[in-house]
Amino acid sequence: MPETANQKDPLIIGGQTFDSRLLIGTGKYPSDDMIPRIIAASGSRIITVALRRVDFEADTDNVMQHIPGHMQLLPNTSGARNAEEAVRIARLARAIGCGNWVKIEAIPDNRNLLPDGHATLTATEILVKEGFVVLPYINADPVLARQLEDAGADAVMPLGAPIGTNRGLTTKEMLQIIIDEIKVPVVVDAGIGRPSQACEAMEMGADACLVNTAIASASDPVAMAGAFARAIRAGRQAWTAGLGSVRWQASASSPLTGFLYEQTGTP
Amino acid sequence: MDIQINGKRTQVEPGTTLGGLVRMKNLDPAAVVVEHNLAIVPTRDWDQVNLQDNDVLEILRFVGGG
Repeated sequence: MPETANQKDPLIIGGQTFDSRLLIGTGKYPSDDMIPRIIAASGSRIITVALRRVDFEADTDNVMQHIPGHMQLLPNTSGARNAEEAVRIARLARAIGCGNWVKIEAIPDNRNLLPDGHATLTATEILVKEGFVVLPYINADPVLARQLEDAGADAVMPLGAPIGTNRGLTTKEMLQIIIDEIKVPVVVDAGIGRPSQACEAMEMGADACLVNTAIASASDPVAMAGAFARAIRAGRQAWTAGLGSVRWQASASSPLTGFLYEQTGTP
Repeated sequence: MDIQINGKRTQVEPGTTLGGLVRMKNLDPAAVVVEHNLAIVPTRDWDQVNLQDNDVLEILRFVGGG
């Protein structure tokens, strides 16, 4: 049963309003035919794609045929090793004519897939000036996040753990500082492996999560997309409701008076 | 004549236009972007680009990614 989206608490990025705080990817699915069902089950409104050379030897499927027109496309610059390549890929992606959003990835090595903060900042400065809606993928570095915000980034996308690891919020303390200090939306991206981890990020005050591997590599990706959608809604609702304070000493939930064995008026 | 398409040396007939090449490769013009000698060529201009010996083309499309 589809749940009603929260219209009163929308995610706003680049001046656009979205009724889902779950961003999804299109990589690693057993079959791209599954993508429309993933979109429906996730309720997601923003979806990432990558740009690659056409392979003339292989008769490859066009991923775009599986993405409905109401989705906001978020092309990434994966494959870029530096700022120059990220800018080049962003411009090429925009030229296809599916909007001006870009997720900047500037990743110098394929082993750890960790983003180069300096290159990301340089690319952000250039692409903001060219009118892109820029969402930079970064390590959970609060200083860099602030620099990107000052440079005009429309959101920041700090990682929870390295891409594709499903290890969760290993950067939790730095994520919390970013969430507390940065005004543009904070989208926790990469490393989230379980719905409970996405829920936790939302309870911490993150604005959204991007989940690809954890959904795509599940035994039942469509069901997992639904589980993530509900976890993210629960976490967001918990954050807006205001979490109760944590304390060391017990605090009774039931009255500590009026017990059955209590004696009154004893001599 | 020889041009380079997506990193691979490829022979094309002299006088081939970019638009002609895209049609010959059966590509959906709405689904690809073409970079000709490092400059992005808008789809509407493809038929005006006459390919020259040693031109470098990158022809790209969206694929699944995160």
